Amino acid sequence: MNDVLMSTIEQTVLSDYKYGFVSNINAEEAPKGLNEDIIRFISAKKQEPQWLLEWRLKAYRQWLKLEEPKWSNVTYPAIDFQDIIYYSAPKQRVGPNSIDEIDPELKRTFDKLGISLDEQKRLTGVAVDVVVDSVSVATSFKEQLADLGIIFCSISEAIQKHPELVRKYMGSIVPPTDNYFAALNSAVFSDGSFCYIPKGIRCPMELSTYFRINAENTGQFERTLIIAEEGSYVSYLEGCTAPMRDENQLHAAVVELIALDRAEIKYSTVQNWYPGDKNGNGGIYNFVTKRGICQGVNSKISWTQVETGSAITWKYPSVILKGDNSIGEFYSVAVTNNHQQADTGTKMMHLGKNTKSRIVSKGISAGVSNNSYRGLVHVNKNAVNSRNFSQCDSLLLGDKCGAHTFPYIEVKNSSSVVEHEATTSKIGEDQIFYCNQRGIDTETAVALIINGFAKEVMNQLPMEFAVEAQKLLAISLEGSVG
Amino acid sequence: MLTIKNLHAGIETKKILKGIDLEIKAGEVHAIMGPNGSGKSTLASVLAGRENYEITEGSVTYFGKDLLEMSPEDRAREGVFLAFQYPVEIPGLSTTNFIKTSVNEIRKYRGEEPLDAVGFLRLMKEKMALVNIDQSLLSRPLNEGFSGGEKKRNEIFQMAMLQPKLAIMDETDSGLDIDAIRIVANSVNKLRNKDNAVLLVTHYQRLLDYIIPDFVHVMYNGRIVKSGSKELALELEEKGYDFIKHEVSLPEEA
Ligand SMILES: Nc1ncnc2c1ncn2[C@@H]1O[C@H](COP(=O)(O)OP(=O)(O)O)[C@@H](O)[C@H]1O
Ligand SMILES: [Mg+2]
Repeated sequence: MNDVLMSTIEQTVLSDYKYGFVSNINAEEAPKGLNEDIIRFISAKKQEPQWLLEWRLKAYRQWLKLEEPKWSNVTYPAIDFQDIIYYSAPKQRVGPNSIDEIDPELKRTFDKLGISLDEQKRLTGVAVDVVVDSVSVATSFKEQLADLGIIFCSISEAIQKHPELVRKYMGSIVPPTDNYFAALNSAVFSDGSFCYIPKGIRCPMELSTYFRINAENTGQFERTLIIAEEGSYVSYLEGCTAPMRDENQLHAAVVELIALDRAEIKYSTVQNWYPGDKNGNGGIYNFVTKRGICQGVNSKISWTQVETGSAITWKYPSVILKGDNSIGEFYSVAVTNNHQQADTGTKMMHLGKNTKSRIVSKGISAGVSNNSYRGLVHVNKNAVNSRNFSQCDSLLLGDKCGAHTFPYIEVKNSSSVVEHEATTSKIGEDQIFYCNQRGIDTETAVALIINGFAKEVMNQLPMEFAVEAQKLLAISLEGSVG
Repeated sequence: MLTIKNLHAGIETKKILKGIDLEIKAGEVHAIMGPNGSGKSTLASVLAGRENYEITEGSVTYFGKDLLEMSPEDRAREGVFLAFQYPVEIPGLSTTNFIKTSVNEIRKYRGEEPLDAVGFLRLMKEKMALVNIDQSLLSRPLNEGFSGGEKKRNEIFQMAMLQPKLAIMDETDSGLDIDAIRIVANSVNKLRNKDNAVLLVTHYQRLLDYIIPDFVHVMYNGRIVKSGSKELALELEEKGYDFIKHEVSLPEEA
């Protein structure tokens, strides 16, 4: 490729973050730092039962003993955990019953993001539970869901109203001791979503939550728990954007999914957090633990993720295939640009008989970014006749970025079949020229090529979000051309 | 419409076009013939604005404007269309989606409203009938796994959709059987009118049985060495390119 074209492509991908603004919500905060008193403060603030406070404290003490993981293919300056504010709540009148009652400043924030609640209300069949700075501020379609026995609320509310379910399942898939960031989350989680689908119920709408990091210096520690009882079905979408700022922000969420017999959970993520500026300053550290268990026979869990944001992403949505004939899927598009680093992939743990898993990972790297796929397929001795298929494709824009694939495969029986395919390609000058010759500018051409590359994953997204996700891919790779 | 004067172009230190002069008026069809490697595709690429060719001398005027100053996408939007000798594949991108983007980008440039789904579909149906292309081909990823003939037909279809003022067709007939050639020729003939022009790069006289050119030019070693009427094509077919080599006295290589 010649230099002129190369620099055009580079300019195309050097975009400015479009959602960079800080909304001025008067936050009620905990003092900086982390100790047992802070945890007591959070727990008291949220009027939690004693067992939960103890659960948090236990996690905290465990966290103190753990080491920050160093094995991923990312580098970042040491995080000062005492320089983080662990609790912050936007001030607002108590209990907004309708979307129209929420803080007008907050509403404007969402308007700027192009995801105003008004607009979302109009989106057919989408219930929205908005988390801003760790506290749920608006919930819609609740009554409709309640009629079916579906519980969809913030985790704080679930702790108050459905403590038996929370106590039974929270931490059962990702124990507080699981890893460094999961332990931290267990100690200080502020809010998140809870979803319970009763036996035999097919949730009639996409459940959706927009997460947003807001007050400065506020670490975000979301906790999500989804339980699908026998024969039930739910599709859940998590989407997020964050305002621009200089200091790095830590985000360490935990998501747990439980699918009982014949239940199906489809979990989709569109992640668009601030990736930092062109020189690698600022941006979100996204260290997430996501895990689901196909507890019951013939159950299915499907993770779909479109990751365009964050300075650093460290994330491996996993499925434990415990029930016989259960199915795990992972569909991922990860875009890294400028100085972004992503180390993401999945773990498929085959424990039950005849279990199947499918992994489709599409990595797009631009700028001087680094994009790694890391996946483990483990097939247990008893998981006879199991199958896995993995496809990992990388697309490079320019020659200063990196794509890496780390597939780990462990098969402990002889009746199972594991297949892995991987490709790496570059956006060709001839492809761009072909588009140019049809009146399509380079920026749009790159977006078309990338959406084509990512299509198999995009097709997994719920229809109403696929369009938004496509725009996101384009936004994260657009910029001034020529 | 198009005036090429003393055009010299090359890649790095290699000189490929060594002084091309050509005048194309609205309503005309020009055929360019010549042996492999004589620079036909290079000329087509330079006119379309491919950036890796360096233009060292000469000028190209298109409707009074300096074509060489325009970006490739603006040339396309101003009505220059290149049917590629080797159309590229874009995995995963549906052909229909690609063409819709193209049509609407060009409309936008002209200050027209984008075609909505219904309007686009109507246009597509009309042009599909014209060039005899199958719907199923258009729902597949752009040129991915298309046979040679399917790729060429897709080029013609795009040409029909975009209705260019200047269509440059680079060996669109190569690799096609006689039925396919007839369809290509038919499509071109239906698209021809007094306001547009066609520059036809071809190896074979047989396409010119169906598309009657107003002028035939013979290109050799980066120059147009002979121009004439359609009879020149027949003469070439009969005698081969060798007679050209003997007939024209070629200056020494630099
Ligand atoms: N990208 C390129 N790099 C190097 N040489 C090239 C390139 N494109 C064309 N050429 C050379 O220029 C000459 C003319 O090629 P081309 O225009 O494709 O001829 P034609 O289409 O008449 O067969 C050939 O010698 C070819 O090898
Ligand atoms: Mg050629």
